[in-house]
Amino acid sequence: MGRTNQALVEKKNGDERKTKEINESTAEVEVFIMGKSYKVPAGLTIMKALEYSGYRYIRGCGCRAGFCGACSTVYRIEDEQKLGFDLACQKVVEDKMYLVQLPFVPGSKAEYDIEKIKPTDTTLLEMYPEIARCVSCNTCTKSCPQDIETMKYIQMAIRGDIARCAELSFDCIQCGLCAMRCPADIKHYHLSQLARRLRGKYIDPKSKNLSKRLKDIEQQKYDNEIEKLMKMQKNDIMELYKNRKIEAEETGDLGGD
Amino acid sequence: MLESIKKVEKKRDHNLKHPVKPMSMKEREDMLSKYHPDYMEGTRRELQIGVDKGQLFYNGIVDLLEAKPVIDPKNVDLSKIDYDVDLLIIGGGGAGTVAALFANESGISKDRILIVTKLRHGDANSMMAQGGIQAADRPEDSPALHYLDIYGGGHFTNKPELARALALDAPLIINWHENLGVMYDRKENGEFQELSGGGTCRNRMHSCKDYSGMEIMRNIRDRARNLEIPVLEFCPIVELIMDDKGQVVGGVSFNLETYEYYVIRAKAIILATGGSGRLHLSNYPTTNHYGATGDGLVMAYHVGANLLDLDTIQIHPTGDAYPEPIVGILSTEKIRGLGAIPLNKNGDPFVFPLEPRDVESASLIRECKEERGIVTPTGMPGVWLDTPMIEIIHGEGTIDKLLAGEVRKFKRFGIDITKHPILVYPTLHYQNGGVEINDKCETKIPGLFAAGEVSGGVHGKNRLMGNSLLDFNVYGRRAGIYAAKYVKKAKIGKLTLSHLDKYNKMLEKSGIKVKKTAPIILPEYRGELAISRSLDIF
Repeated sequence: MGRTNQALVEKKNGDERKTKEINESTAEVEVFIMGKSYKVPAGLTIMKALEYSGYRYIRGCGCRAGFCGACSTVYRIEDEQKLGFDLACQKVVEDKMYLVQLPFVPGSKAEYDIEKIKPTDTTLLEMYPEIARCVSCNTCTKSCPQDIETMKYIQMAIRGDIARCAELSFDCIQCGLCAMRCPADIKHYHLSQLARRLRGKYIDPKSKNLSKRLKDIEQQKYDNEIEKLMKMQKNDIMELYKNRKIEAEETGDLGGD
Repeated sequence: MLESIKKVEKKRDHNLKHPVKPMSMKEREDMLSKYHPDYMEGTRRELQIGVDKGQLFYNGIVDLLEAKPVIDPKNVDLSKIDYDVDLLIIGGGGAGTVAALFANESGISKDRILIVTKLRHGDANSMMAQGGIQAADRPEDSPALHYLDIYGGGHFTNKPELARALALDAPLIINWHENLGVMYDRKENGEFQELSGGGTCRNRMHSCKDYSGMEIMRNIRDRARNLEIPVLEFCPIVELIMDDKGQVVGGVSFNLETYEYYVIRAKAIILATGGSGRLHLSNYPTTNHYGATGDGLVMAYHVGANLLDLDTIQIHPTGDAYPEPIVGILSTEKIRGLGAIPLNKNGDPFVFPLEPRDVESASLIRECKEERGIVTPTGMPGVWLDTPMIEIIHGEGTIDKLLAGEVRKFKRFGIDITKHPILVYPTLHYQNGGVEINDKCETKIPGLFAAGEVSGGVHGKNRLMGNSLLDFNVYGRRAGIYAAKYVKKAKIGKLTLSHLDKYNKMLEKSGIKVKKTAPIILPEYRGELAISRSLDIF
């Protein structure tokens, strides 16, 4: 469409540069994108292979780093029967791979006000009664691109163990592949969201430091001090900044993004 | 590469015992001026058009601002309103969603709010933040110290009122998250496990394993879904609509799947479109999500809003350099926070692991420029980040427990980060500046509010880790509250897109050779061969 000509004049960016280099240095594999054959350089992710072939994503592509669950993919290798499940942005293409991506998951979600529900043994069952229909086939676990023990956390939910369900499901990226495969129509990814919220809100113990700090802030305990910093001459505040004590250098207790 | 790893292993014990000291302010400045793209020739140029004419911005940003508006006003019929609401929120990431929740709480009913987003609700950089969120809540810490870190980290260029609100609102935000049900990492007594990060003087990093952003984002999104706040997906706003009184009163949305446009009228607009990593400024790979193309900057500039600090970019020191499929993806700062040290090809340390991000990045770039880096088979430079150190410092199993996402990412390629170091190189991570706001999230144009990565002034010319998750919460909340207040008094005049005509005339007059249109909406990653043979006939 209208973007084509613009694309022609657009400068190459980091991703494309890399794609080209691989092309020159390695072998090709054949993939079947929704049944159509394309030759792509070996070593590309499924997502980059589609793009290399000329597909421009609208759906099926989000964070491109394994966090958002937008690019769940179903695949099969020629002459094999088994279906595979993975994320297009993380999985590298293999020769003779048949590929299709899921543009949307039509799973139903329970509606609730977290303030008005309580974490009892039956809360999860009440909000998502279909979990009782679990036949323990483990298909959900096998379809999870995050290797989460999906069936196990459903069993925990049935048992009423909210904390354990929340913990086991924590790495869920909510791609919905589990729900699309489940013969019992369980919406694992929605259920576990509720379990985690119940645990975070009601089960985990709370911080006393935080409630004390909130009171201090409410009483405007820090307002004057910050006001003073805001009004300081640049040289003075630079001096203050430079000489501040760094806790981590003393304790070696570090973290970050 | 294997030979170099052997050196890393051999020197590991020695390196653990002999850490590199942090740099002095003078040394930092020196490092930045020589090796950071913000200080290099040719990465930026003066903008020739609009309210910020003469300002130095990154080339890729100037290209967009000196491009023709993507919409021709002649093709849009403003007399038919498709959505008529009180509050239009542009962007369905962290800032937009938080704004919707607080606008609703401040009295705007859900049916009078509309979130419009380019991809799906929650497809945003917010979802990807790993390490954590800062808040000064320990007795050893204070919001004043947090303020000092924000301001110093930003090289004293932040708007003080914005740094103040960021520090002072932080504990309140953590408390709000607790009540929503965010599962923060805690000690047995309920206190938060708080780590340090680059440029923070106290340990105040609250985390949810290495999925902090995802845990926060999916909680606030769940809340918005339960409240049934309307969201229009795959329909990005491509231009803002003004009225005859000079107010911003809506947006033109473009349905990516049917190519239709929709006219959306609103009393107030919150711009929450996020960042611009997908512009690949200075040719860096990026950690950003697919839709991060800086659309908000362009739209806001077309209506006359001014921009701050776009002469800087944040490159994150530890993007992945190997294996090839994950080049540019982030390896969290928490890895260094937990004790892993960057090492060159000889296995030697060369920088304090937790300098502010710009300084740390510059040090890595220097090491590679001076040929003490490793070059991968595909030509990507990098240095080692010695992850196995973490298990030696904190005990076996620490990495599995605290860095589950990282373990998973590398395991796919047969790399066990508990046993082997990873290869890293700086990657484009964050848009430090953006549309100027005040502490009520107001821009210079009435009716237009902004929050999150699209806004400018909060972080000045460099953001510290853990302050972006905080930013979208603090300023998303403020945007929601103050926009709700504004809505109660706002009166809409006659709708117009004449500002785009004016912009086009300005472009003509300036003599700039205009080739492109903006905003670009999505990046172009199709293979060169496929593009060169494509026909524009369908």
